[in-house]
Amino acid sequence: MPTMNMIQALNSALDVMLTEDPDTLIFGEDVGYFGGVFRVTEGLQRKHGLTRCFDAPISEGGIVATAIGMGAYGLRPIVEIQFADYILPAYDQLVSEAARLRYRSNGEFFAPITVRAPYGGGIFGGQTHSQSPEAIFAHITGLKTVIPSNPYDAKGLLIAAIEDDDPVIFLEPKRIYNGPFDGRYDQLLKVWAGEPGAEVPEGRYTVPLGKAALVRKGADVTVIAYGTMVHVAQAGIAESGVDAELIDLRSIVPLDIETIVASVRKTGRCVILHEASRFGGFGGELSALIQERCFYHLKSPIERVAGWDTPYPHAFEWDYFPGPKRLAAALIRTLEA
Amino acid sequence: MMSNTPKLQLHIPTPPGRPGDEPTFDHLEIPPAGTVRRPDMSAPEADLRDLPYGLIRVLDDAGRAVGPWNPNLSADRLRAGLRAMLLTRTFDERLFRLHRQGKTSFYMKSEGEEAIGACQSMVLGRDDMAFPTYRMVSWLMARDYPLVDLVNQIFSNAQDPLKGRQLPILYSARQYGFYSLSGNVGSRFGAAVGWAMASAFKGDDKIAIGYIGEGTTAEGDFHEALTFASVYRAPVILCVTNNQWAISSFSGIAGAETTTFAAKALAYGLPGLRVDGNDFLAIWAATEWAAERARSNRGATLIELFTYRAGGHSTSDDPSKYRPAGEAAKWPLGDPVERLKQHLVALGEWDETRHQALQAELTEAVRAAVKEGEAVGCLGKSKPSVREMFEGVFKEPDWRLIEQRRELGI
Repeated sequence: MPTMNMIQALNSALDVMLTEDPDTLIFGEDVGYFGGVFRVTEGLQRKHGLTRCFDAPISEGGIVATAIGMGAYGLRPIVEIQFADYILPAYDQLVSEAARLRYRSNGEFFAPITVRAPYGGGIFGGQTHSQSPEAIFAHITGLKTVIPSNPYDAKGLLIAAIEDDDPVIFLEPKRIYNGPFDGRYDQLLKVWAGEPGAEVPEGRYTVPLGKAALVRKGADVTVIAYGTMVHVAQAGIAESGVDAELIDLRSIVPLDIETIVASVRKTGRCVILHEASRFGGFGGELSALIQERCFYHLKSPIERVAGWDTPYPHAFEWDYFPGPKRLAAALIRTLEA
Repeated sequence: MMSNTPKLQLHIPTPPGRPGDEPTFDHLEIPPAGTVRRPDMSAPEADLRDLPYGLIRVLDDAGRAVGPWNPNLSADRLRAGLRAMLLTRTFDERLFRLHRQGKTSFYMKSEGEEAIGACQSMVLGRDDMAFPTYRMVSWLMARDYPLVDLVNQIFSNAQDPLKGRQLPILYSARQYGFYSLSGNVGSRFGAAVGWAMASAFKGDDKIAIGYIGEGTTAEGDFHEALTFASVYRAPVILCVTNNQWAISSFSGIAGAETTTFAAKALAYGLPGLRVDGNDFLAIWAATEWAAERARSNRGATLIELFTYRAGGHSTSDDPSKYRPAGEAAKWPLGDPVERLKQHLVALGEWDETRHQALQAELTEAVRAAVKEGEAVGCLGKSKPSVREMFEGVFKEPDWRLIEQRRELGI
């Protein structure tokens, strides 16, 4: 089986779908001839032709609006928003149109669109190239929000997202495009080759939306993470020496509540890890769901380890970033509580 | 320290009249019917740049069809158009009254703008798609959409085709080429372009027609849609329904003091037509011209439909609070129903007796539909199964929706 990094895996997913489904097409800023600023669409225009993968004006609202119209026609457009930080001009389209169209038209029209966007920090991108906006999509019913943590999942989840008949926000953790990153920024960079999840089949396969992955079994505490934070969690667990169970959500909507509940009922403790700022973040929803369903199994308060409630700061990247040390401290606190 | 230059002055546009003033439209330049040239449909955009500043009119004050834009329609088509417009007006009046009687929560009339939807619905094909505004039920009337389904939607009752999920009059009717409406103005303008691009992508022959109000041209949606339509040469007709009023804000607040809405097309390299929106024949000719351009891969056209919102914005609005009483009667381009009727009479194809008979027939059709809808139930007396509240959020409900439905005991 070939080894791929996440960029290659995503590219392979798009290539497979352009090949297998003539109703798919890709557009976005710089995605055509050039192949995207992160190279995810590299070679697709050359291979599949101009109309299957082309450049769009710098107009996130226009990109998503036209994609919705195409979806209503019967196509399966896949659009790229260059950075998730730039998605806000499209927010009205996503909330008022994509998420509501099926409901308000009683199914006469719907928008089977996939909106890809690189997200998250750890790349010294400052406040406009580092944000994690997943909570503002999770809050909007009618949207699905998917976040892979390795190349194998990235390809399978992206194909599942494209084939899904509901609008999907597909957030790509750009810090781990080229290799896993566990938050230890002073270590040598890793590549995907030889890492779990880097062996990726050439052809079509799917990873279903709404199914979490149990990354590590453990007895004493459940750690919930997604995206880059799955790798940070592994480092934090190792550093703490705690026998923790690690769940990679893979999609936050739909949410695999069963896996979460089964794990927390077993361990009795839970730490939620995300890069987005804490207040109003998706960790708040997870925490509420867990206390509603697992209250009598809990041995200690649920902890949230997250970005601080500041904009993403440039010089303070590693002070902001919820790295393995902060997780390890939380795990130990949780056990001692 | 002050410089020698004059003090800067902030300009806030104000309309020529307010309540208590005599209504006037003297500030409008209305050219006589038949005076705007009709270039060939295949003309390059560079040869069309005078059109956004003209006003395409076919019907003159005597009800005669004059000039190069005369579409030379058969009397049968004219009568079908008149019927759709009159049905719209009759339906609107009846449903507006029903709102006043407390039988529904909300209503919006198309009064004064009936020609637009009725005419363009007839010009475009059954497989084309309109992305309408909420003042275009005449599109559905021209295609014989069942009146009782409109009534049931307005009552949000057990037979509501939209299952009680949508505000009255925000219809959706895919089989009738009518895209799902929303109360967020403007947010479907780009979807019209995307739909048209999809048709071109597939090599089909369908086109789209999108609508936005003059007030909403200030939204980014308008400029995004024009950009995409221009860049990708989308087979779409983009219409600005300029009815002079965005709730209480006159068109000057959207920029009408210094240019026309049709002229917005110029910077996008698109043809812009400015059309008398109360003139059924002018709308027909302009739409046909733009549709032919779109179908022959010549791309999009922007059409400003110059009209007047004769009624309030909605049942929640009272225009006597912000514009002079009697403005509608002074509108220099008249009433679209009366003008088409006058034309048919002038042709010898219509008379007062037939008109009264048609009016009686339509009044009865609306009365019967309302009666049928009331038998199912008006708002609050009947509604779809509450189960429907949880359906259609996603293709399949997820566990949240299933749990919440159970929490509600259903």
